[in-house]
Amino acid sequence: MSPLLDNFFNRQVLAQYGPSILGGFWLTVEVALATIAIGVISGLVLAIVRALRWKPADIAIVVFVDVFRTLPQLVVIVFLYFGLPYADIQLSPFAATTLALGAVLAAFATEIFWAAIQAVPQGQWDAARSLGLGFLKILFLIILPQAIRIAVPLLTNRAIAITKGTALGTAVSLPELLGRAQSSMAIAANPSPLTLAAAFYLLFFVPLVVASRWLEGVGSPRTLRGRH
Amino acid sequence: MEGLQLFLDNFADWDSFVRIWPLLWQGLQLTVLLSIVTLPIAAAAGLLIAILYSFHHKPLNVALLIWIDLFRSFPVLVLLILIFYGLPFLGLTLPSFAACVLALTLNNSGYYGEIFRAGIEAIPHGQREAARALGLHPLKIIFLVILPQAIARVAAPLASNSLELVKTTSIAALVALPELLRSARVAQEQTYNPTPLTAAAVLFFVMLWPFARWVAKLERDMLKRQR
Repeated sequence: MSPLLDNFFNRQVLAQYGPSILGGFWLTVEVALATIAIGVISGLVLAIVRALRWKPADIAIVVFVDVFRTLPQLVVIVFLYFGLPYADIQLSPFAATTLALGAVLAAFATEIFWAAIQAVPQGQWDAARSLGLGFLKILFLIILPQAIRIAVPLLTNRAIAITKGTALGTAVSLPELLGRAQSSMAIAANPSPLTLAAAFYLLFFVPLVVASRWLEGVGSPRTLRGRH
Repeated sequence: MEGLQLFLDNFADWDSFVRIWPLLWQGLQLTVLLSIVTLPIAAAAGLLIAILYSFHHKPLNVALLIWIDLFRSFPVLVLLILIFYGLPFLGLTLPSFAACVLALTLNNSGYYGEIFRAGIEAIPHGQREAARALGLHPLKIIFLVILPQAIARVAAPLASNSLELVKTTSIAALVALPELLRSARVAQEQTYNPTPLTAAAVLFFVMLWPFARWVAKLERDMLKRQR
């Protein structure tokens, strides 16, 4: 057999470690879904709180957004997992990874939702107010439905980009896809498990990336294309 | 009060910080070096992809789009692990710095390629025709007419992607390259407290925050212009 096939597509190794790696794939999917749920929901809530324009909350949110938008994801994960135990908080690898990625996504989502809320023309507020609607009704019935539509393409890109960070969980020994592949590779002394993991990642992300390309084409001007 | 003191002693202990500073400083320099080596290479690769795409040669464009989407789909850490731990099985062993440059470049060639491509595609076709009617060389048309307008249009995603690239250099820690994060983890084994991690996070923040603010401003401006 050629060295390429023997090393990267070794059937025996694949058969032996396939089930374990599949298990890792499901964990990756769980982390991804949890991250998106935490990030998008908190981002929307924080943007709504900002819309209330209450100064102390405003400042706290801006600090939160700036910190988690600026720090590398891996730094946040490592800090939560290896730093917090000194404050008597021991997070599981799963909790550290999802909380860290969720916080990073929340920061970006807050920024995106808030920008989208502001992008809805002032006239919409004025018109709704002149119809006698209260602040909350205007926000939830008039402004947010439009803002969310503006936010979706940017948010999709960001969510995909940050979800790819699930592989970083391997740094805190989360047994997700990459982590399982790496330990299988070490035991088998053969990188075929890594090939399989790569295939799983592509299986998961290629449809998302292609779908987001389509979503951008439909939803927004071309130049909004950003990072996936 | 006591709780706060305990917290500070652990997470922001000055003596520990002074002791480990040389290590962190080395790490910071390596983070900066990795960034400034990778950024231009990755951006140039992306630009090349976009320019090739602009010739609208059908089979080539299909290949380019596959390249872009493939590398945008691959988590960059997976790519790095494949290059660093996988390639040696084929007899190709790269030092960790080179492996990081290669992984970040491949990954970001997809991102930059898509951004430049979107910018170029957004320039009205009349510009190209007008330039051709003036007798300009095809390369001159691209570099003097199309690209300046295209780049101005996608300044926000370009800046945002560059910031993400610099942040992503921290994954080098996982292939034992002693950049800032890795240095902090090594230092932590000497201090037995999380001060090195706090220091690394603060250093990352101080270094990147002005850039992050600027990116956010560019993005807001773009959103406003497009409404």
